[in-house]
Amino acid sequence: MKLHIKNGRLIDPANKIDAQQDLFIVDGKVAGVGAAPAGFSADRIIDASGQVVAPGLVDLSARLREPGFEYKATLKSEMQAAVQGGVTSLVCPPDTDPILDEPGLVEMLKHRASKLNQAHVHPLGALTMSLKGEALTEMAELTEAGCIGFSQAEVPVTDTTVLQRALQYAKTFGYTVWLRPQDAYIGRGGVAHSGPLASRLGLSGVPVMAETIALHTIFELMRATGARVHLCRLSSAAGIELVRAAKAEGLPLTCDVGVHHVHLTDADINFFDSNARVDPPFRSQRDRDAIRAGLLDGAIDAMCSDHTPVDDDEKLLPFGEASPGATGLELLLSLAIKWADDYAAQHAEAAPLQRALARVTSDAARVAGLDAGKLSVGCVADVVIFDPAARWTLEPSALASQGKHSPFMGYELAGQVQATIVAGHVAYERNAR
Amino acid sequence: MLNPQLNKHGELQHLLSTEGLPKAIINQILDTASSFVSVSDREVKKVPLMRGKSVFNLFFENSTRTRTTFEIASKRLSADVINLNIQASSTTKGESLLDTIDNLAAMHADMFVVRHSQSGAPYLIAKHLHDTKQNHVHVVNAGDGRHAHPTQGLLDMYTIRHYKKDFSNLTVAIVGDILHSRVARSDIHALTTLGVPEIRAIGPHTLLPGGLEQLGVRTFTNMDEGLKGVDVIIMLRLQNERMNGALLPSSGEYFKAYGLTPERLALAKPDAIVMHPGPMNRGVEIDSAVADGPQAVILSQVTFGIAVRMAVMSILAGTQG
Repeated sequence: MKLHIKNGRLIDPANKIDAQQDLFIVDGKVAGVGAAPAGFSADRIIDASGQVVAPGLVDLSARLREPGFEYKATLKSEMQAAVQGGVTSLVCPPDTDPILDEPGLVEMLKHRASKLNQAHVHPLGALTMSLKGEALTEMAELTEAGCIGFSQAEVPVTDTTVLQRALQYAKTFGYTVWLRPQDAYIGRGGVAHSGPLASRLGLSGVPVMAETIALHTIFELMRATGARVHLCRLSSAAGIELVRAAKAEGLPLTCDVGVHHVHLTDADINFFDSNARVDPPFRSQRDRDAIRAGLLDGAIDAMCSDHTPVDDDEKLLPFGEASPGATGLELLLSLAIKWADDYAAQHAEAAPLQRALARVTSDAARVAGLDAGKLSVGCVADVVIFDPAARWTLEPSALASQGKHSPFMGYELAGQVQATIVAGHVAYERNAR
Repeated sequence: MLNPQLNKHGELQHLLSTEGLPKAIINQILDTASSFVSVSDREVKKVPLMRGKSVFNLFFENSTRTRTTFEIASKRLSADVINLNIQASSTTKGESLLDTIDNLAAMHADMFVVRHSQSGAPYLIAKHLHDTKQNHVHVVNAGDGRHAHPTQGLLDMYTIRHYKKDFSNLTVAIVGDILHSRVARSDIHALTTLGVPEIRAIGPHTLLPGGLEQLGVRTFTNMDEGLKGVDVIIMLRLQNERMNGALLPSSGEYFKAYGLTPERLALAKPDAIVMHPGPMNRGVEIDSAVADGPQAVILSQVTFGIAVRMAVMSILAGTQG
């Protein structure tokens, strides 16, 4: 199969390209950028006039809910949602049921995902058995089965000795440990950012301290063990300051934020809107602004969708009882573009679209250690073609994901995916017959 | 989102919180309540304002006192009252909150009086009624989690107005477990709307939530300082389960630091009134000499509470959805 994508604006942040250039794909790989390889004759030509052609998005956290939570979402629905959102590589946390703590489960997930022939699925293995924070998993076996790192998902390790040993063991083999910084006790059971709004609404709070205390612990353990850590879902200005200092110190560290947190604050809870019930909670405007600034200067490496499909019965509940999470795969691109657009509107300069795309392609791939998120000749041809200006309205029927809950429901968003190409085959086309 | 407790004409559609309740509506409720106070003194303690209407008391959290006051208020308005203690029925069988609401609405309920342990639960019900176009059904929040207890807040306002006439030169102190208190929150918002210039919250740091200053409240950890020169003292109930844990070491130590004794009451203005939403823990937050003393208006609060709840329900029943 030979594919010629012509007349598009090619943005490839890894190679610092933002120009009108054609892309040539042969047998699933990028064969030429700008100029066709010798003897190329296209089987299919896609006209991308007026569109952006970019590397397929790399999402550092997407819950596909299989195995175990098929009533919330299935591989089939969520893999379709991924390509519909221009996402071609997915990192999946281990909090399925059963939890991904055995190589057989990981192999099964990879196998079932590959049969769907859509986005590439990269599971994170559980750091500890059943995520209980007691016994380590067989990290080497899990890596052989396809895990790209190890995570505790949303369950903090309460015993610091176990966390220390997990980091020592991961360091032995050079694995990355993915941790969401949250203290096991402070803010436990909390559902909103501790602050005036939570006090007013009578919601139990999660203080910023829950994040910063955990960060201090993680950094001390990193110093002691030398392990490489990826920090997931930073939420606070104080947390980002600590990350900045730790990076300056030279700790082997990367971090991401959920793309919803780039835009929303605790005020978006409004009158107890359970769509805004997420973990970590949306924080203050100051925190939100620090996230935006951190994305700009690189203190924060990547944005992810933190895609968490939740079914109606778990959201149509009082705020404190509602399940946390929002759908995200089909919003990642648009919300990344929104960050760029908002920046441009405030700074009266050209939209840093290239930078926004870097945070969801090349930077995310670097964090995950994946050879993806770029369009160099010879690379796997994962491509998204989108219209950055076309607007669409977020409503349940617009989503392929089984998760229909979003704090952006009803919003009009810019950035519409026209086609998504995974390893050289067209996995999604908006106007497909 | 618009204020969900007002309809598009700005009339009271539901009573969910004293926050965002316009001053005119608060005054309308208080004025209506004063016309009902005398009803309770008549030989026939009934008015026909809600004859033929069905009021469902939905108590997802136990309460005898509040439920009883709503029941009495409904009956004095000639409404039919159905009490449901939901803890003991459907939710334990797995029925969801909104399924329960739909079922009761199908039985032609006109009003739901809701108590729930989760903050915001009455908002979920109000939104659901709106989304399912059942705007003729009204919701009264009878206490949701730590969030609000608006009829208690309004009866407190009625009591203060009765004894002090004018809100514009008062200093009001709220004492105790502000952190967990929906009464405190409802009082703070109502007092602010009615123009009280100084609202104080008194308690140990473990029981004072963050962000009180943003609500315009002065916080005190020293009881004696906080009580100096106040016109109104609102004592809060200290729940048993809070007394021996990480929030407070013991009820004895709490009483020493924050119990309202006659000596401490003497620090307030001579004509200060003492209020309590009940039920009281004598010897924990309040000394019996104060609770039974001449400055206590605690039983008046109970009497006014019936009239205020009658006022709220009759106003809601008159609002066309």
